[in-house]
Amino acid sequence: MTARPIIELRNLSKSFGAVQALRGIDATIREGEFFSLLGPSGCGKTTLLRMIAGFEAPSGGSIVIDGKPMDGIPANHRPTNMVFQSYAIFPHLSVAGNVGYGLKRKKLSRAEIAAEVEAALEKVDLAGYGSRAAHELSGGQRQRVALARALVMRPKVVLLDEPLSALDKKLREQMQVELRALQQSLGITFILVTHDQEEALIMSDRIAVMFDGQIAQMASPEELYRTPRTRRVASFIGVMNFLPARMKGESPEGIEIDIPALGSARIPRDRVPEGLRPERIESIGIRPEMLTILFDEANSAEREAEGQVVANSYYGDMTYYDVRLAGQEAQVTISMRNTAGRSVARPGTTVRVGWGAESVVLFD
Amino acid sequence: MALKLSSQERQGLTLISPTLLYALVMLAAPLLMVATFSFWTQNYLEIDRTLTLDNYRAAWGEPIYQVLLARSLRISVIVTVATVLLAFPVAYFLSFHVKKRKALWLFLITVPFWTSYLLRVFLWKVILGYNGVLNSALLNLGLIDEPLTFILYNANAVVLTLAHAWAPFAILPIFVALEKIDRSLLEAAEDLGDGPVRRFFRVTLPLAMPGVVAATLIVLIPTVGDFITPKLVGGTDGLMIANMIQIQFGKANNAPLGAALAVTSMLTVAAISLIVFLAGRRLGGRVKP
Repeated sequence: MTARPIIELRNLSKSFGAVQALRGIDATIREGEFFSLLGPSGCGKTTLLRMIAGFEAPSGGSIVIDGKPMDGIPANHRPTNMVFQSYAIFPHLSVAGNVGYGLKRKKLSRAEIAAEVEAALEKVDLAGYGSRAAHELSGGQRQRVALARALVMRPKVVLLDEPLSALDKKLREQMQVELRALQQSLGITFILVTHDQEEALIMSDRIAVMFDGQIAQMASPEELYRTPRTRRVASFIGVMNFLPARMKGESPEGIEIDIPALGSARIPRDRVPEGLRPERIESIGIRPEMLTILFDEANSAEREAEGQVVANSYYGDMTYYDVRLAGQEAQVTISMRNTAGRSVARPGTTVRVGWGAESVVLFD
Repeated sequence: MALKLSSQERQGLTLISPTLLYALVMLAAPLLMVATFSFWTQNYLEIDRTLTLDNYRAAWGEPIYQVLLARSLRISVIVTVATVLLAFPVAYFLSFHVKKRKALWLFLITVPFWTSYLLRVFLWKVILGYNGVLNSALLNLGLIDEPLTFILYNANAVVLTLAHAWAPFAILPIFVALEKIDRSLLEAAEDLGDGPVRRFFRVTLPLAMPGVVAATLIVLIPTVGDFITPKLVGGTDGLMIANMIQIQFGKANNAPLGAALAVTSMLTVAAISLIVFLAGRRLGGRVKP
């Protein structure tokens, strides 16, 4: 994507008293992008969002929105609108009163406001709900009203603070898809704060993973999942098997590594992350779905290892196996799609584990 | 009507029955007695129990009672408006700007209650009197040449004393209403373009309305019927309807007329309270607790 930057964060930091909530945040968010701030609670992601919105003043660094520095500009003069975690629906106003709240300031006639409000409600599938009272709405509807209230302001950026965390699983999954579709059709930049890695992966164009007030990695969902830069990022996003490993040798084509539990492999240069010094490699990571259990004698993989099933978890479409690798303390999780005519391997079964060098992620 | 109660209802009734009994004996029965008295006639030491509307004719017809009731209402409304207007900033400050030791602040607000009401009224006499604290201070500072007389033994003194006495009763309900406001609503208003002033009138005040209405009623209703303060600091000019009711029951020995006056002022206050309540509901919009 080569769209122009809409938000630039430069060396941003924030402290609350002695506590440093954020430090050295550098990021550029592009116009029309769905950008997620992902991290465990207390990592500073909400603080960062609130600083962009103008509710918190940075302790250092700068925020530029749409080319304008935001130093000292209060929230009510910023081209951003927020969907709050609690939705913050005004209880004394109707749905239309809530959605039209911000329009009263703009010089619009009553009829124009009503038309804008109805159009916004239509966008979030709540056409005709304008006269409902705030307390008559369900959780999902409140979330939609909050979204309509932000969209009607035609902001440059919509900020979403864990907007789906209060919804039940089914509704949440539905809203993830709807929100993503709405964002794409409107082309407005969305910044989402979430602690749910799956949600971030499904919805985002790019994700910034945050730990302890810093951005650990910023990348597309696919890149983040396939090549996490640190063990911490790797274990936060999805499931990752970690195995000890050492560099054996280096050649122009790649790095030879020895993984005691699996064998050795040559990792091509382009899979070696920038800044990683090969002699400092301590472990490798491999995703559960990148390992296979070779059930059939005829099946074979690029590389094979022997192991014993320790436990299995049956999910219907998938089965997760915990497999102890032969001669090692190492244990890995392997996910296998269930197929017709193949029963789930019981604990104690000896199996052949297939793997490939291209799915190995290196960590120092 | 057959009385069928679920166990839960029976349990509830049992729980409230002591209170209910107490309320019936101490509240409903006296009220009923006063209402009944108001339709009787006093003949020196005896009571004529034939029902009559004469007392109400007197209570509503004679100018002295109208003047006293009107004055009581006027003083009470001024006290209420002043108290609520002064209480709101205090409650607002407590709720929004006091971060630490809120409990201590609330505690301090109740300090005036530690002395008796009577004592507090007397203290105001000491402060406002001809040779009182205020006058001597102003005289010594050279700000006035002779003691101010408009501050004691008139309606002003009653207003001042009552407003001070009822301030905590106004601060607390407003404080509670402000505390209940979800702070993210204020951020949402700001996010949608409101500055602090617009936000206050569009979100904070409407949502604090239940507290403001409660404070208004809590101050308005008892102050109409107050008789200690007007007696002690009001002079002749500050006499209120309750003083007249007291006189009728006591010195004048005309309990039925006193009762009629009491019922009249009660109905007037009830009507005003209802208006305040409904107005508050309108202003506060469709707030659901």
